[in-house]
Amino acid sequence: MKNKVSKKTRNEWCWGWFMVAPTIVGLVVLNIIPIFQTLYLSFFKSGAFGKGNVFVGLENYKTMIQDEQVWYAVRNTLGYTCLVVPVTIVIALLMAVALNGKLKGKGIYRTIYFIPMVAAPAAVTMVWKWLYNSQYGLINHVLNSLGIEKMNWIDNPKVALISISIIGIWSTIGYSMVLLLAGLQEIPRDYYEASNIDGASKVRQFFSITVPLVSPTLFFVLVTSIITAMQVFDVIYMMIDVTSPAYNSTVSLVYLFYNNSFKYSNKGYGSAIVMLLLLIIMIITVIQTKLQKKWVNYM
Amino acid sequence: MKKKQNISTILLHIVLIIGACIMIMPFLWMVLTSLKTVSESTSMNPFIFFPETFQWENFQTVIRQNDFLRLYFNTFAMMFFRVLCAVLFSAMAAYAFARLSFPGRNFLFGLVLFQMMVPAQIFIVPQYLMVDKMGLRNSIFALVFPGLVSAFGTFLLRQFFMGLPKELEESARLDGCNIWQTFWKVMLPLTKSGLVALGIFTALFSFKDLMWPLIVNTNSDAATLSSALAKISSAYSVNYPQLMAAAVLAIWPMLLVYIIFQKQFIEGIATSGGKL
Repeated sequence: MKNKVSKKTRNEWCWGWFMVAPTIVGLVVLNIIPIFQTLYLSFFKSGAFGKGNVFVGLENYKTMIQDEQVWYAVRNTLGYTCLVVPVTIVIALLMAVALNGKLKGKGIYRTIYFIPMVAAPAAVTMVWKWLYNSQYGLINHVLNSLGIEKMNWIDNPKVALISISIIGIWSTIGYSMVLLLAGLQEIPRDYYEASNIDGASKVRQFFSITVPLVSPTLFFVLVTSIITAMQVFDVIYMMIDVTSPAYNSTVSLVYLFYNNSFKYSNKGYGSAIVMLLLLIIMIITVIQTKLQKKWVNYM
Repeated sequence: MKKKQNISTILLHIVLIIGACIMIMPFLWMVLTSLKTVSESTSMNPFIFFPETFQWENFQTVIRQNDFLRLYFNTFAMMFFRVLCAVLFSAMAAYAFARLSFPGRNFLFGLVLFQMMVPAQIFIVPQYLMVDKMGLRNSIFALVFPGLVSAFGTFLLRQFFMGLPKELEESARLDGCNIWQTFWKVMLPLTKSGLVALGIFTALFSFKDLMWPLIVNTNSDAATLSSALAKISSAYSVNYPQLMAAAVLAIWPMLLVYIIFQKQFIEGIATSGGKL
């Protein structure tokens, strides 16, 4: 057997294994084993000092199904995703189309729209919290001078998730726009010129040429935005304290996971919550891959 | 026809300028507030837009109470090592996955794809327990730990290597380069744009990371800019000028780098998304 593999081939094998080794060892230790550990932990109840873990079987999952807060978190996470993703993608696509032409100053616009992306969410949320301040905030001041009543953007349970979504939209528009713009630049100019000769309107061009041809990029942006939105944490953590009256109407699955795992040191229950998040993301991804065949055109 | 087009262009500019103002306004307001006195910042009648004199002492107070030099050092050390590891290890693995054949290649690449599909929170508790067991909490190593390897980077750079012509390597091999030399001297320089894209991507997302530093480095002298802000935010709850000064101090380094290298930044992000 040994003789069948030439020295040259074996040399290539060795180099191959050697070169993937750091990444694969890292992945196994940092990611693959932890997936099973998290699953394993989710069957345990963590003791008061984080040491004595007690096996409780499916108890965490049973508690989870009956825990109102978990369902609030599912609702809020999905609500946030449904608010942020469509609005971001529609605005980003329209912006990208506008900036794809020969418009003067398009580089400057692109640079400006991308700025929120390079600021840390922790800092950005602090700034928005100040803008939203019910007494002294700039937003309420502007609304007041327009004759609109002041709002309690942060602590009103009915409004808080929308306030958070606005921050989410504001900070991700530039990212989606840059990706879509790159996709738009792949579309051959001839298609537009040909349809110009045929007398197609701009709106018609948008729906018949731009959208179908940019659909692979659009699909990628959609999938990544949904997954990112489902994991929302930073903004909510920075804006809504556990004691806030708006906590139940804004807490996300990841925030709830963080609180249970690290604030209340119940890592078993936190792990169960993260398994729920994994399940939801997997369901959404499967649905998206199925639907993709209906609207994404690969050239 | 021409006139109609002019009007629509002007309308488009107006919409885009309003959008640009919305994008910049929070940053402008942050800077203006950071230079005001407390009473100026909360004054409603009259509403004060510009501070009368710039209150630089807001910054002095924040810097005195929080060791910002330390925070900058921690944050940049974390970014530097994460970028170094991600770029080096990913490039090696990506080249092997793209160009070498060896038993187990497809299975191992499957692991890479699998990691990318799972939400990152699933790794956090076990990763924390590992760092804790090693007794390395509150260290730079702890900050770098989850970023030692990058599945995303491996996938991204593999796309770059697959796009390069095979002839180059073949001639390098004929000239007597071994596999490592072919990779290091011939192929790696050709994927420079991919390496830069991955570097920018990794740097940006480690800079923005909040949950991991918050969990693993609880001592204030081991915090990063993001995780320190979380603490400052609750500690100074009502002194808005000082809060905004802290936000300015956390935002400016990345903003400055972005403004200088905006083309590389935007192209890097566009290629890292477009290659997937």
